[in-house]
Amino acid sequence: MKQLQNFTKGIIKENPVYILLLGLCPALGVTTSAINGLGMGIATTFVLLGSNIVVSLIKDLIPAKVRIPSFIVIIASFVTIVQLTMEAYLPDLFASLGLFIPLIVVNCLVLGRAEAFASKNTTLSSIIDALGMGLGFALALVLLGGLREILGSYSLFGYKFIPGDGMLVFVLAPGAFIGMAYLIVLFNYLKKKTS
Amino acid sequence: MAKRESSFVNMVVTLLVITSVASFLLATVYNFTKEPIALAREAMRMEAIAQVVPAFDRLESKRFQSYDGGDSLQFNFAYSGEELVGVAVETYTTSGWSGLITAMVGFLPDGRIVDVVHLHHRETPGLGDKIEKAKSDWSNQFRGIDPRTTDLRVTQDGGDIDAITAATITARAYTEAIQRAFNTLEENFLNEQEGLTQ
Repeated sequence: MKQLQNFTKGIIKENPVYILLLGLCPALGVTTSAINGLGMGIATTFVLLGSNIVVSLIKDLIPAKVRIPSFIVIIASFVTIVQLTMEAYLPDLFASLGLFIPLIVVNCLVLGRAEAFASKNTTLSSIIDALGMGLGFALALVLLGGLREILGSYSLFGYKFIPGDGMLVFVLAPGAFIGMAYLIVLFNYLKKKTS
Repeated sequence: MAKRESSFVNMVVTLLVITSVASFLLATVYNFTKEPIALAREAMRMEAIAQVVPAFDRLESKRFQSYDGGDSLQFNFAYSGEELVGVAVETYTTSGWSGLITAMVGFLPDGRIVDVVHLHHRETPGLGDKIEKAKSDWSNQFRGIDPRTTDLRVTQDGGDIDAITAATITARAYTEAIQRAFNTLEENFLNEQEGLTQ
């Protein structure tokens, strides 16, 4: 039961983007379309999973004073592995996402979970935490990306349902902030209602 | 939990071990993916070439310096049997809204444009990315034009090319890249060819 809560907390109660306000840089930057958000969410989940596992395994071996540089090296290694693998085997996805992959390193969500969770909990809990948080992050990005794509391009996942150009402001940076603000309101309302 | 003490030796050893393991792992992955990455890039390039020149069965690649002294451009001469059917030029511009744009421009041996496809860009999604064939048919207007008789500038600058609504800078840059391909082709290939026939 506790592990189930551990998993589901990332979706609404501790949604990384809308409640914890972590990882806003990629959340605002890549979400021009739903598919970009999904790709970024999956890539981040993979990195999160890898870094949480490794950090929880070696947490007792790392002296406290050098834990942050150690975590960053581990995370950066996973990001580079994702980048190389994606470019080699999924070149189409890489063409649209490649630019944003290195951004995962500076995503405070990944370092935040390593520092706040994986370095204090068991490996199993850390895996579940990473999956839950990754799911919450992917969901958040798909929601924001979908909202911006619907309003800005009149399409969803590339499928156009109204001809025309849409409200351009939602494709550009200001639309990301506007959309995110309303989603933060929505998630805080949902959080209050469920607790 | 029994954390290791933050003594100088402990810290140095820990960081040394972590960075060594990380570099070894990355080197392994890099070696492992090097070939597939090169193949994927080559496949994308070949696909772009096939889109912009008539059917061919043999390619010869050669690099020429850009007409204005900039970076060299790769020319892919496409042959069907012994006959030259087209030249695909990998061109670039740095004046896009977000910097570098690269494109593959296909020419017939007489200098007319067959088609243009983008290779890489970082233009604004929804606006500047209309240079992509998948997003808009804007770039189809370059099909079949002869850069010697058509003014390769956007209409705002007095040329013959319709710009993209709300992305004039991108359209201007893309057009400039095509002009660069043509000028370099003219300097290195078309002029020589005329010299031969005269």
